[in-house]
Amino acid sequence: MVNQKKILEINELETSFFSDDGKIAAVDHVNFDLHEGEILAIVGESGCGKSVTSLSIMGLVPSPPGKITNGEILLQGKDISKFSEKEMRKIRGNDIAMIFQEPMTSLNPLFTIGNQISEAILIHNKSWSKKQVRERAVEMLRLVGLPRAEELLNEYPHQLSGGMRQRVMIAMALVCNPKVLIADEPTTALDVTIQAQILKLIRELNDKFNTAVLMITHDLGVVAETCQRVIVMYAGQVVEEATVQEIFKNPKHPYTKGLIQSVPDMRYKKESLYSIPGNVPKPGSVKVGCRFAQRCEFATDRCLTENPALYELSSSHKSRCFLVEEEGGSVNGKESLVESK
Amino acid sequence: MLNYIGKRVLQLIPVLLGMSFIVFLIIRAIPGNPAQVILGQKATQESIAALEEKLGLNNPWYVQYFDYLKGLFTGDLGESLRTSQPISSEIWPYLAATIELAVFAMIIAIIVGVNAGIISAWFQNSWFDYVAMVIALIGVSMPIFWLGLIEQWVFSLNLDWLPTSGREDVRNPISPITNFYLIDTLIQGRFDQFGIVIKHLILPGVALATIPTAIIARMTRSSMLEVMRSDYVRTARAKGQKMFLVVYKHALKNALIPVLTVIGLQTGLLLGGAILTETIFSWPGIGRYIYEAIGYRDYTVIQSGILVVAFIFVMINLIVDLLYTVIDKRIKYS
Ligand SMILES: Nc1ncnc2c1ncn2[C@@H]1O[C@H](COP(=O)(O)OP(=O)(O)OP(=O)(O)O)[C@@H](O)[C@H]1O
Ligand SMILES: [Mg+2]
Repeated sequence: MVNQKKILEINELETSFFSDDGKIAAVDHVNFDLHEGEILAIVGESGCGKSVTSLSIMGLVPSPPGKITNGEILLQGKDISKFSEKEMRKIRGNDIAMIFQEPMTSLNPLFTIGNQISEAILIHNKSWSKKQVRERAVEMLRLVGLPRAEELLNEYPHQLSGGMRQRVMIAMALVCNPKVLIADEPTTALDVTIQAQILKLIRELNDKFNTAVLMITHDLGVVAETCQRVIVMYAGQVVEEATVQEIFKNPKHPYTKGLIQSVPDMRYKKESLYSIPGNVPKPGSVKVGCRFAQRCEFATDRCLTENPALYELSSSHKSRCFLVEEEGGSVNGKESLVESK
Repeated sequence: MLNYIGKRVLQLIPVLLGMSFIVFLIIRAIPGNPAQVILGQKATQESIAALEEKLGLNNPWYVQYFDYLKGLFTGDLGESLRTSQPISSEIWPYLAATIELAVFAMIIAIIVGVNAGIISAWFQNSWFDYVAMVIALIGVSMPIFWLGLIEQWVFSLNLDWLPTSGREDVRNPISPITNFYLIDTLIQGRFDQFGIVIKHLILPGVALATIPTAIIARMTRSSMLEVMRSDYVRTARAKGQKMFLVVYKHALKNALIPVLTVIGLQTGLLLGGAILTETIFSWPGIGRYIYEAIGYRDYTVIQSGILVVAFIFVMINLIVDLLYTVIDKRIKYS
């Protein structure tokens, strides 16, 4: 993992929404790298900025009111966050593709599956013949495990189940061989058996085509099953970054610990499920101190008055908690810059 | 599908029957007597009585109504009391004039209204959006006769760009074939006359199009705003599709159903609005035809004329309902 090439680098990304109350950063100086061929998870509760992060990468933050207000997004070294809309169109679907949470509504109900997949092909391969496009569409539908691929081309989304639609979405996303696939909670809306199938499919395709996957989820079960590394986000910030093994064996941030504790464990029939008390604060509402302090059982006075940096425990493990500092974590260059602001 | 159409057409029969009955009664409640009007003020009692006898106006109303119905079921709209001509042949030039004007106005309304609505939604809260919606608000509340008079005053009397009234240049008359003058002049290769016909259509067409344009624009905008937020629009953008195609392909088709509904309704209302416009612009249409018939107490023309308009109205509704299924395959009638 260590020597793998970075395909996507997110540096100090800040995405803000502007309202009458002024600027509110929903994604607040986020840093992470996505390596070639890996599956990286972003986890966190609802509202912590996972979707805004992925939309920022796609250049699809609803604007107005949203805007990338700081940082860079390097795709193979090129900063796509500064790209024009026209340049971004060449990236979307071609270099970076995305699938969404709601397979029921993510396909256009009034166009056939064939029309929608062909569209995805033709946008980036204008010279292809009708026959080529059709063959590619059928090939992709087969690849994602859909039966009757030929007939499916003439069917409408409402004739398919949720799981089938998500497979169609995946087929459509991968049809131009993107380098990066962003999957924003791809299984949340599906029932458990279908969830497992879709995750397996994503893993297989990742393996087969070496497509890097950014897997956004709030389900640590999904993380354990599919990913190699994890970014934990809280209230717009990265609070912990680690390999999957480390996250489950040795979580450092109290928020991560809380998340792991609240995963239902099939082996023990617990009476009631643990849940972290309280809610994610609204972006911009915590002005000073650690954003998790209000809900943290280890919070000290320092946590309420000082912003913790993202401390580095090892090259692959970081945590935004003063407890780590006490254990000897260090701050890298980038972070100290933010702190001194 | 054919089943459904058959069922809908059958359902039309009681609607049109009821309609014909009400119109039949109301007309006869208007004071005045056709025989008197036809023969003039100086006519004698005897001659009036004789004409009434001849026209069948002496029969009890239910006999008259029954005769009328009998005719209708064999496709006979009756004869004009005044001219003794069969209404079905007499009405056509008027009807064609109205249809030509209404279609012309509706094409303006759809092109301008739908596009204004789309662009307003696409660039929500932009200056275009604000200006378009203010104009639309003025448009829906615009009194048509007033707009028509202003148009005539500005574009005919002052600027002398367009004719004030009529369908054609009386010194250069058109020989009708279908009575749709745009088609007739094209068939005959008379492009000079085609231009004249267009010029005559513009002022009444714009007056008639104003309210539908405004209503269509507002409906398109609100429908588009909702659709633009949907997941599949985001999917289309995530594929790298151009915003223009995202809007005009993915969003518009989904936004079209409510727009189509108002287009259908407005087309029907347009036929009603045409009476007013036709009067202002001396347009020889169905509105004028019925209006004049009322003056002559020409009962048969009034009742059949209104019935024809009602029939067109319900047919437009049926067509709109069928168009839904073309746009959205999930809609199935049985
Ligand atoms: N269109 C918008 N306008 C204003 N604020 C927004 C908008 N979209 C997102 N936000 C803000 O950004 C924050 C993060 O939202 P985001 O959708 O990224 O959360 P998420 O982590 O994806 O949550 P979920 O698990 O529910 O999908 C939200 O709390 C919200 O305040
Ligand atoms: Mg989300």
